[in-house]
Amino acid sequence: MTGSESCIISLRGITKYYNGEAVLRGINLDIHDKEFITLLGPSGCGKTTTLRIIGGFVTPDEGDVYFNGKRVNDVPPYKRPVNTVFQKYALFPHLNVYDNIAFGPRLRKMPESEISRRVKEMLELVNLRGFERRSVNLLSGGQQQRVAIARALINDPKVLLLDEPLGALDLKLRKDMQVELKRIQQQMSITFIYVTHDQEEALSMSDTVVVMDMGEIQQIGTPEEIYNEPVNAFVADFIGESNILDGIMVDDLDVVMFGRHFKCLDKGFAKNEPVDVVVRPEDIDIVSVEEGMLSGVVTNVTFKGLHYEIIIDIEGFKWMVQTTDYWPVAAVVGIKIDPDAIHVMKKSKYSGAFGDYSSFSDEHEKLSEPDAKPEQPPAEEEIVD
Amino acid sequence: MKTMIRIYTVLVYVFLYLPIAVMILFSFNSINSTGVFGGFSLRWYRELFRDSETLNALKNSIIMAVLSSLIATVVGTAAAVGIDKMRSRWLKSVTLTVTNIPMVNPEIVTGVSMMLLFVFASRLVRISGVLGFWTLLIAHVTFNLPYVILSVLPKLRQIDPHLQEAAQDLGCPPLKSFFLAVFPTIVPGVLTGAIMAFTLSLDDFVISYFTNGPEFQTLPIRIFSMTKKRVTPDIYSLSTMLFAAILLLLIIINVLQAQSEKQQSKKKYY
Repeated sequence: MTGSESCIISLRGITKYYNGEAVLRGINLDIHDKEFITLLGPSGCGKTTTLRIIGGFVTPDEGDVYFNGKRVNDVPPYKRPVNTVFQKYALFPHLNVYDNIAFGPRLRKMPESEISRRVKEMLELVNLRGFERRSVNLLSGGQQQRVAIARALINDPKVLLLDEPLGALDLKLRKDMQVELKRIQQQMSITFIYVTHDQEEALSMSDTVVVMDMGEIQQIGTPEEIYNEPVNAFVADFIGESNILDGIMVDDLDVVMFGRHFKCLDKGFAKNEPVDVVVRPEDIDIVSVEEGMLSGVVTNVTFKGLHYEIIIDIEGFKWMVQTTDYWPVAAVVGIKIDPDAIHVMKKSKYSGAFGDYSSFSDEHEKLSEPDAKPEQPPAEEEIVD
Repeated sequence: MKTMIRIYTVLVYVFLYLPIAVMILFSFNSINSTGVFGGFSLRWYRELFRDSETLNALKNSIIMAVLSSLIATVVGTAAAVGIDKMRSRWLKSVTLTVTNIPMVNPEIVTGVSMMLLFVFASRLVRISGVLGFWTLLIAHVTFNLPYVILSVLPKLRQIDPHLQEAAQDLGCPPLKSFFLAVFPTIVPGVLTGAIMAFTLSLDDFVISYFTNGPEFQTLPIRIFSMTKKRVTPDIYSLSTMLFAAILLLLIIINVLQAQSEKQQSKKKYY
């Protein structure tokens, strides 16, 4: 089987072991031309390994990599039409900005006058006009980042690989660079393959998001699809906040939670199939007990600026609700959920792993950060190949 | 207390350097005496340079130092790259320990054991009189190696592990990518190692004494054999020159290290 013709890169059944442990299990992925695609997942999920396989730095143990329908498993990195922006930039410390960017063209014996013109163009693209003679060691993180991007893009790659390029920058700079990267991608009109563990980054920049965990692809879709229709509890939990409840799909458009019937828009499940139900905190309305579909007690209120984050205990399940209305702790309230706010998912191995907000506290915040998940295999960045 | 510390420090330096200072002073003595300074003159230096055997030893020492430091630098740098790339931490520390043994091993043990090895090996292939230039070279390369490795390794650890990959990513074949991306950044370490090796080779006596032959004498061995006959001030002048040369090399090493440290701290700042 070869990759489908419209795809610039196809991965087929990619499996990779490190020390006998599978870090990738049967990855199938099609990447289209001029697409901004993000590999998203917690550290150790295999996203960086996938990127390094595309770059040619890691050879898969099983499966094939296709560029434009041609198998490239055995093509070394220096012969692949892709370029990489490395995690810590990997700029050449003994060269200045100009010589760093001119590294690729010089290898290809481009005439120096042409190189000088192209470097200028690239510096313009990344907003570093006039930085030619600066030492890369004296640049700020954001500037080094831009040099790394220019050094890669000057080679006119069909595909640019970016390995958590914004990880080392502070929040403000990160937001600016997100916009910048998107602009550069559209201006150059090439494919970007972007690796990150930051879901917000993934949602705001990508055309396609690939959610990965434990060496497997969990879901591929547009940011809207990933957010609104997560396929399982892992995706629902990893992307944004979510209340994940046990339910029974008694019939099409009818799901039972807490012994009560809720109207929903989902169908196609077996009669009385146990399911996971996702309700996003911002889709829940707090109303009076009489009007509510369910009722409970407010146990925690946090002011978040845009809204309040209110934890409501309903028959032992702690719901998170995001609302602009303030409700005091210990208030007895009802909640209302519209049919389109309910998303029903098939049971998976992740069912029950993510649930309510009963441990909601600062500590919980820390635990829910992707790097702090307990059952992770060692971070793939630590595995030197 | 402070004055005590000062006195102590001064005493340490006096004991360390007074003998050398006296030796340097008497190397400029105008008369042949170890007790009386008869005035400044370059007489013993002139005499030294008329002594063809000493000049020959000087030439041998420089040849040995250049050759052995060059070989040790190439081999040691390659070894450091290999050790740096080892994945198993256990294997890495074992390898490092093994390479460091020649450094901490008493020189006399290294010297005697090498001589034994050379003689034993030559018996096996039935060659006599094997000790000479080549055995000396092997011995010098051997004791120089760990110093080169130890000065290159830290440089390799400091650099971004993806440098070589970055060069390959930009279209560079693997071996070329080492020379274009990695080597220039470890040059200070390689240079330090090379000069250190040169210095050690130049002033080594014990190991050379056991592994050289009669037809290839180095300077320290020449000095030793001169003292066996009679001690004349030309030995002082020879030792003074050796001391000056090694002092100069040590200063160069320190300047090199200070410079690369400065660069390193600059990087951390941003």
